[in-house]
Amino acid sequence: MRDVAIVSFSQLPSVKAIEAADEPELVQPVTSDAMKQVGLTQDDIGFTCSGSTDYLPGRPFSFVAAVDGLKAWPPLRESHVEMDGAFALYEAWVRLMHGDIDTALVFSFGKSSLGPVPDVLNLQNDPYYVQPLGLDSISAAALQAQAMIDARKATERDFAEVVARNRKSAADNPNAQIKGDFSVDEMLQEPYISSPLRKSFCPPLSDSAAAIVLAAGDAAKKLVNRPAWIRGFDHRTEPHALGQRDLTTSPSTKLAAEKAGVGQGKVDVAELHAPFAHQEIILREAMGLGDGVSVNPSGGALAANSLMTAGLIRFGEAANRVLSGDADRAVAHTTNGVCLQHNLVAVLEGE
Amino acid sequence: MNEILSAPYVLEYTYTRSTGPVVGRFLENLRYEVLEGVKTADGRVLCPPLEYDEEGEPTTGEFVPLRPSGTVKSWSWVQEPRKGHPFDRPFAWALIQIDGTDNAMVHAVDAGKAKRMKTGMRVRLRWADEKNGTIRDIACFEPIAPFLPGPVHLEYDVNPGKHYTAYLRGLQEGKFIGGRDPEAGKVYVPPRGADPMTGNPTSEYVEVADVGVLTTFTIIRIPFEGQKLTPPYCFGAIVLDGADTPIYHLISGVPHDDIRMGMRVKAKWKPQDEWETSLENILYFEPTGEPDAPFDSYKEHL
Repeated sequence: MRDVAIVSFSQLPSVKAIEAADEPELVQPVTSDAMKQVGLTQDDIGFTCSGSTDYLPGRPFSFVAAVDGLKAWPPLRESHVEMDGAFALYEAWVRLMHGDIDTALVFSFGKSSLGPVPDVLNLQNDPYYVQPLGLDSISAAALQAQAMIDARKATERDFAEVVARNRKSAADNPNAQIKGDFSVDEMLQEPYISSPLRKSFCPPLSDSAAAIVLAAGDAAKKLVNRPAWIRGFDHRTEPHALGQRDLTTSPSTKLAAEKAGVGQGKVDVAELHAPFAHQEIILREAMGLGDGVSVNPSGGALAANSLMTAGLIRFGEAANRVLSGDADRAVAHTTNGVCLQHNLVAVLEGE
Repeated sequence: MNEILSAPYVLEYTYTRSTGPVVGRFLENLRYEVLEGVKTADGRVLCPPLEYDEEGEPTTGEFVPLRPSGTVKSWSWVQEPRKGHPFDRPFAWALIQIDGTDNAMVHAVDAGKAKRMKTGMRVRLRWADEKNGTIRDIACFEPIAPFLPGPVHLEYDVNPGKHYTAYLRGLQEGKFIGGRDPEAGKVYVPPRGADPMTGNPTSEYVEVADVGVLTTFTIIRIPFEGQKLTPPYCFGAIVLDGADTPIYHLISGVPHDDIRMGMRVKAKWKPQDEWETSLENILYFEPTGEPDAPFDSYKEHL
């Protein structure tokens, strides 16, 4: 195994709508900035990988167009995953293990503002048994939240407290969309969208883009004083059908966290990709993160939720705290699929 | 000049899907209102059926007929359905374990109101009127109530008898009529056939006032089945001037904190053109503003 580190991170502020930008216009500012931070250009990058989904803009093969935001001549070694950019980061990490190249550029972009996202996400469901019913993403998450309540693992007040803490933390994050002081009691008065989920228990929908530069071994040490070394990296997935799973637990997160070595040392910071409030509670339990861990100091996906980018941003936010010296050991997590079906966990360390 | 252009845009894929022997058989059977599960290699039953279980083992291809009922394992109430939802009125999403199976099906429950939804509730399958071999051949599930309908409907003609008729006729004219046994002298409102203290007929009718003393009262704060008024409201016993028994009516026109035993109250009548042979001619009793009656003056009537 080679030592591979995150050496730089750039993101566009998450906002409700970035109207004046198509794919290349979203990608170019963050990729160029991430490379510029460490004095690199596209010519120095060994492998480029992106994560996005064409269903957000509704444009088949929109990811091909995104390459226009890069310097693509001479031709690039390039790849794409129809997933959050964090899974592109995983692919780039694996690619760096070959040993023939030392750097990789990872990026993702998500314009949630163009289409009906809760309905778009129904396309993740089984096309025979669930999709024809029109199960939107909020209702699917609501079935999970109700199961939490029935199992006495959480109450609606617990959900509201998760939201209040995340959005308060986001107050210091210039890139967050919804932030500040939110009253738990007032949130509990909001009408249900799909019970027991109220508006505040759901993430906002954001437009954003993000990019990360990875470097291996000595190359990383040359680029920054304190690389955020990826010490463990694993992802696991569960059965697709909601009716085959215990929705109140996340065995895939638990296993990925074990394989990534989350429990092998003190965790200072964890950036968890929990779009819905109750999911943070499930993830914390699955990873064994106690009260001493600072969870989502950025505000997490409840404060800014650009689809396909919110996971990569978790990696960037966690890495920034290691790069800056604020944290010695950080956990980054990204989820994919309906009700936490698929989970990716990494441990980042300063030394 | 630099305004960003925007236009509506629709994305559709008119794909058809092949289904195969497991999913295909299940969906085809729905057309005939037949619900089946498939057996796994380790003996469990899955509905909806899958080709492979979560261990990666192929299911056996052996189908099991199922009763079209089940139990709700989790649910979510949708007050305002989205376009594309199976209903355009409020409904619940649910994970439903069909009886005799080991997994759960995502579907809708037509429960009318969120209050009827509960994890563990029993539901029965409702078939769609028109079928086309898709999961929507199951229209939805509906609650199985743990009650039999047991309505009773009997039609009678009632009459209130001579004395109560006199009382109700009095009310129609805006008067309270009581009955008295001339010997004992007690006035009963409403009048009865006999003075229960003496057993003598209450042979005389007397008119009593529509003003009296509130002897006791209660404030109703809890809702109950069939309630006509919205809580909180006050109900009191009033001994009208000239009567020896109380009538019962609403007390209003005064903050609840100020209502007290001994308070002097007066009937608030409806407009005269609405009077019928009914105590409902009086909307409520309200304070007269007179000094309270001393306890000794009404303690006999409690």
